[in-house]
Amino acid sequence: MRLEPIPAPSLTRQIGLPVLALVATALFAMGLAALAGAAPGEVAWLVVKGAVGSKFALLETLNRATPLIFTGLAVAVAFRAKLWNIGAEAQLYMGAVLTVVLGTGLLGWPAALLLPTLAVAAMIAGACALLVPTILKTRFGVDEVVTTLLLNFVALLFVSYLLEGPLKDPMGMGWPKSPRLIPEARLPRIAEGLRLHWGFALGIIAACLVWVLQTRTIWGYEMRAVGLNIKAARFAGMPVNRVLLRTALLSGGLAALAGFSEVAGAKGSLTLDLSPGFGYTGIIVAMLALLHPLGVVVAALFVAGIFVGADSMSRAASVPTYIADIVLATALLAMVLAIGLTRRRVRWT
Amino acid sequence: MTEILDILLSASFWAAAIRIASPLIFAAMGELICERAGVLNLGIEGIMVVGAFAGWMAVYAGAGLWMGVGVALVMGMVFGAVHATLTVPFGLSQHVVGLGITLLATAATYYAYRIALPEVTSPPKIDAFEPYTVPILGDLPLLGEALFQQTPLTYAAFATAALTAFVLFRTPLGLALRAAGENPASVAAQGLSVTGLRMGAVIVGSGLMAVGGAFLTMSAFDSFFFEMVNGRGWICIALVVFGAWKPGKTLLGAILFAAFDALQIRLQQTPIGADAPYQVFLMAPYILSILALVVMSRRASVPAALMVPFNKGER
Repeated sequence: MRLEPIPAPSLTRQIGLPVLALVATALFAMGLAALAGAAPGEVAWLVVKGAVGSKFALLETLNRATPLIFTGLAVAVAFRAKLWNIGAEAQLYMGAVLTVVLGTGLLGWPAALLLPTLAVAAMIAGACALLVPTILKTRFGVDEVVTTLLLNFVALLFVSYLLEGPLKDPMGMGWPKSPRLIPEARLPRIAEGLRLHWGFALGIIAACLVWVLQTRTIWGYEMRAVGLNIKAARFAGMPVNRVLLRTALLSGGLAALAGFSEVAGAKGSLTLDLSPGFGYTGIIVAMLALLHPLGVVVAALFVAGIFVGADSMSRAASVPTYIADIVLATALLAMVLAIGLTRRRVRWT
Repeated sequence: MTEILDILLSASFWAAAIRIASPLIFAAMGELICERAGVLNLGIEGIMVVGAFAGWMAVYAGAGLWMGVGVALVMGMVFGAVHATLTVPFGLSQHVVGLGITLLATAATYYAYRIALPEVTSPPKIDAFEPYTVPILGDLPLLGEALFQQTPLTYAAFATAALTAFVLFRTPLGLALRAAGENPASVAAQGLSVTGLRMGAVIVGSGLMAVGGAFLTMSAFDSFFFEMVNGRGWICIALVVFGAWKPGKTLLGAILFAAFDALQIRLQQTPIGADAPYQVFLMAPYILSILALVVMSRRASVPAALMVPFNKGER
């Protein structure tokens, strides 16, 4: 077989193939549910109901989507410039660490001053966490995939050390857990009585800003150019290494905001299970969004809905909650294939 | 310092190093075969999880130990076939597909575990491989205990490394495979199928990765835990770079790395370990891998067509 390029793919092809990928994934998921001895139709219904079926479920989905918007944006920004940042998990934890260091009483400022400071400090921590592997890439040619992956393990061990040492909560009954943030350092709820914090709104604002940056500024143009063809970008006189470093700062900072928003908004303190793989799931979110910043918001809601729905479904039916992870990984692969086939067709020889 | 010296001179330390190296040798050889043919396989971490589960589960269900290894091999090849189909003929991003395979394989394993053993609180144990003392060689001082009193799977790991080196550098198939990773157009000009060679390499390589995972549940331990692979796959990718894509050097790198890992475990029990937090010791292997990458990347001999898809007739 051979692949032939399609210079101008039809709209049907551009929309139809991704939809087909999602439908195929859904059918595959139903097969898996049947394998576990449950009725596929009922399982699908339970997932949908668990994700958006009630006010409580919907808010749970929005809350779960919040960190995924940030990590999804981090991955989308980096992948756009072909900077393979697989370390959003590490950057998230670095952001969370700085939020806790500064937000547990060290800075006794009013909320209006403290919250922006915490967010910026977290972003700097995350940016530095990605700067190291990026400098290793630009200076020494070390592949950033492996280094960012390995640093995830280092970061988690570092947090584990902090939680058993300098950042340990004296009132924590021996649990590895940080002290709680002071009230001024907590992100308030969007509306009184509504269990949704400002982190979600911040995520949407961040998505819009990234979109403006990518499509309306020279910096964004350079990031995309480096990703599309690094040789052409260099030939055109772009400072490729500096563009990559800039991308790294932005991507790491965005991932760190997930840590800030989880600590300051959702949890109020830092534990070792702050992120159940939000960094890795960010890759799925970004790919499902076709790396588009506004698409990331939609994809994060979708992915969060699958997780929340599957959690609630597995309590009612005898299907393990890991089905959500299988579905999302399958969706990722199917979507990548669909996009690949949008611009190329298979010719059998 | 005397403590470190004492450790380094003990046979049991080197026996542990060889034991820790064994799964890395299997998986790193698998990754090396893939990359030599021009395909980066980031599915390695997930495929090791699959292998660890599949081999153990097969034995638990009543299969023999070698049968379990075979099941792990085949399951690894199945996931390898998915990876190969998406990255070779379809030419999709090897980064994204590889990570997708890791996520899929890990999730599928955990799902299968929960379905197969819905009620258990702690995973059941199996009768794992027992150490086998090689006659005569096993009685040698120091060397005997370090090298020749291991489980059969460890001997298989070393045999795999030797076989990989032989096939890659002493057979026409190996030449074609390496050429597919260096200059695929030349392979196609010879009338050979680049697609076939690369897919074969990814499928066989993935099988070896799964056997590496199976070593963990069938030889190093006797049970399956979540997170038990714990980044070993990513370390193998670093080992292949460290070994400059050569089986012999990669094997040495794996033993060196394992020796360091065995050392940090033992150091934790000495007075040095009592002073420093244990996380520092656990971090060391990952940081060491990164440092090794930095040092080696200056004189890296990356296969020229690594991560470059080949589409016949396209220039």
